[in-house]
Amino acid sequence: MMPDLIRNLGDLLHQALESRTPIAPLTDTHPELTIDDAYGIQLRMIEQRLQAGESVVGKKIGVTSKAVQQMLGVFQPDFGHLLSAMVFNEGEPVLVDRLIAPRAEAEIAFILHSDLVGPGITADDVLRATDFVLPCFEIVDSRIKDWKIKIQDTVADNASCGVFVLGGQARRPHELDLALAGMVLEKNGELVSTSAGASVQGSPANAVAWLANTLGRYGIPLKAGEVILSGSQSPLVPVVAGDSLVCSVGGLGSCSVRFK
Amino acid sequence: MRLDTASIASLAEQLEAAELGAQAITKITDAYPDLDWDDAYAIQAGIRQRKESRGQRVIGYKAGLTSRAKMQQMGVSTPVFGLLFDYMKVPAGDSVDTGALIHPKVEAEVAFVLKRALRGPGCHIGSVLAATDFVMPAVEVIDSRYQNFRFDLQSVIADNTSASRFVAGGRRISELAGLDLRTLGIVLEKNGEIVALAAGAAVLGHPAAAVAMLANHLSLRGEELPAGSFIMTGGITEAIPVTAGDAINVRFQELGNLSIRFI
Repeated sequence: MMPDLIRNLGDLLHQALESRTPIAPLTDTHPELTIDDAYGIQLRMIEQRLQAGESVVGKKIGVTSKAVQQMLGVFQPDFGHLLSAMVFNEGEPVLVDRLIAPRAEAEIAFILHSDLVGPGITADDVLRATDFVLPCFEIVDSRIKDWKIKIQDTVADNASCGVFVLGGQARRPHELDLALAGMVLEKNGELVSTSAGASVQGSPANAVAWLANTLGRYGIPLKAGEVILSGSQSPLVPVVAGDSLVCSVGGLGSCSVRFK
Repeated sequence: MRLDTASIASLAEQLEAAELGAQAITKITDAYPDLDWDDAYAIQAGIRQRKESRGQRVIGYKAGLTSRAKMQQMGVSTPVFGLLFDYMKVPAGDSVDTGALIHPKVEAEVAFVLKRALRGPGCHIGSVLAATDFVMPAVEVIDSRYQNFRFDLQSVIADNTSASRFVAGGRRISELAGLDLRTLGIVLEKNGEIVALAAGAAVLGHPAAAVAMLANHLSLRGEELPAGSFIMTGGITEAIPVTAGDAINVRFQELGNLSIRFI
């Protein structure tokens, strides 16, 4: 795809983000779009945000569950960038009018103390480079109208990232088996789903290793101090103002988020 | 009670024959639409009498329909309870003969063993944990005696809540103070592939709540859960169908793992 077109589509998505006005799927208007093109569009969108004064604070991994992979017809995860304006701390309400069609996902976040540079990164390397893990919510959002996304659409749209909330009890990653850590998600006091870490690529650490190796091919490291969201362990939960969610993880306490 | 003693004895005989002959029948409420909750437990007690008269023994209890979603679907606010007999227990790592079963499914559960008797009413999670000797992983094989697992509440209670086989083993934990059974993660693998993932809260918000409700349920008839009782608290995972040749392995956070094979 032409570099100009990639830039234009990145700008279009950035405008949609800024104006909270979703656009038609890029795969409708440009069916020839490849996944590589889509990452090019994502980088342009990120560039715009960096120029506006934001900074990269980490990465997110998406499309990690079998169910979502089947829905999108892909058999590997995708990734997006976490930026400074996406950070919410536990207790701080998330303002839904800043978003378009928000949905919540419960995940495990990794905070790195050392760089991870692929290829050749294993799950053990990830655990050794991790300062601590903690439960978190990623609030995904789509700049594509009605979430009518194909894999290229979500990749171009920064992996549908909206904002994220970190919380709970930080633990050293080797103090627990993340694959077996149970997760309980409740919305407005009612149980929504339960799961366990193995729902993400067999273990959340495997997903982070996948990301380090994938980015390694482009010469991009996962940097010390970055936060890595390892992928959803829950179904996508649509949220509106007034909703309140809690996810509890075996050994990691809980993380809560409320929407205003 | 709506049914006479003869009908109850006849239904107990039919249901037990379906179990022993591995032949599914239609749900009993088709012929007895008025059958109520008490009748259903009376039929279950009739099955118990038949088995005990042949020298078989009750070695524990089980709770069923313990997920909020299932309870809502069935229109009830408490789970259903059944009896575990000695012949249902399969040693860990051993195999189950599917030829003796109709359409078995497996569920991963947490089992409790009591060190003190529990008597309702008013039992709660706190009293259960205080009376617990240890918890351990369990895998239950359920096998409804009804065609296609199609039943209503009364039918499933009468059918001893689909109890069929179970395996319990792995790590026993008696120090419950530091163990969060709500967030205890479970990964169920069939033939090496992950087929179900869940956490303890899927059972009534907390697996110990099933034990409390069982003690409260028994108290309505002047019974208690004696010290030493073994109680399976209900499927944390969804029920997964199995056939001959399948191998099930369940990994429990903090509690080790448990395997069972089907031949």
